[in-house]
Amino acid sequence: MRLKLLAPLAVFIVICGFLLIGLWRDPREVPSPLIGKPAPAFTLAQLHEPAKTLGPADLKGQVWLLNVWASWCVSCREEHPLLVALGKANIVPIIGLDYKDETTAGKRWLTDNGNPYTTSVVDRDGKVGIDWGVYGVPETFVIDKAGTIRYKQIGPLTAEALETKIVPLIRELQKS
Amino acid sequence: MRWRALLLALALAAAGAPALAAEAQPTGRDSVAAARAVKLSEKLRCLVCQNQSIADSNAELAQDLRGQIRDQIGAGKTDDEIVAYMVARYGDFVLYEPPLKATTVLLWAGPALLILGGFVGLVRFLAARRAAPPSPELSPEERQRAERLLAGSEDTAA
Repeated sequence: MRLKLLAPLAVFIVICGFLLIGLWRDPREVPSPLIGKPAPAFTLAQLHEPAKTLGPADLKGQVWLLNVWASWCVSCREEHPLLVALGKANIVPIIGLDYKDETTAGKRWLTDNGNPYTTSVVDRDGKVGIDWGVYGVPETFVIDKAGTIRYKQIGPLTAEALETKIVPLIRELQKS
Repeated sequence: MRWRALLLALALAAAGAPALAAEAQPTGRDSVAAARAVKLSEKLRCLVCQNQSIADSNAELAQDLRGQIRDQIGAGKTDDEIVAYMVARYGDFVLYEPPLKATTVLLWAGPALLILGGFVGLVRFLAARRAAPPSPELSPEERQRAERLLAGSEDTAA
């Protein structure tokens, strides 16, 4: 009889627990359905050499990063030093997707802030961004040798995410 | 005389209104496609401002996705194909009406289960109350005390 009286309290505490967990979760981090799927194909003009193109097909056989950035993107500034450091470490090719940007502004931004990218390609109208499920810049994808998306970072990279998730994942994928 | 000017202004405004309305009205197949595009974009969530549909949102991504919907309608895609296209890129989260899957069963069945649980609880509670034994007889001491109280011979504050 005592136990029966406590049941509503128990239910209440469980609900509170769920709500409490919800408080600390970021609603902007929507799990991507693209993880484990082949990287969507594109062929885009390169930022610095518009006559040349680049796409995931050209990068098959190696692990690479796709970083979505733009000169108008404020939080890209936040993550940029980390990318520059990662570029200097020369662990992995970093491909930049200059998302809905003016090429002149994009180039100037890279000159001013440092260019960590092996190559940047221009997604002027954002169509490739839609194919990759991009909804907020910056976003970073890890693509394996077979061309499968293995990880997606939504929002700016953090030192913690790089050290604990992204770099270990890259090393593991490079071994296989 | 001023009311006459006002009347004239109103008449002019009324004459102008239908002309404007006619301008905004699409015709024929376009209007069907436009209505479809609006209906579809109302069903899809904008991922930038998550409490708005891509029909409501002014975010750039929502504009692009509306463009994408129009393009695909133009290309002859069905509504289901367009929704599948969005889900493949942004996940079930873009749908305002989540699909019935193993992971969403609780979401769909939850309210019904709660109502059912409440109903079962209510029935059991009522049955238990009906089945409960009638309140026990007063013991002889209690009866005596009650009689004394009714007779007013005992101090009620005791």
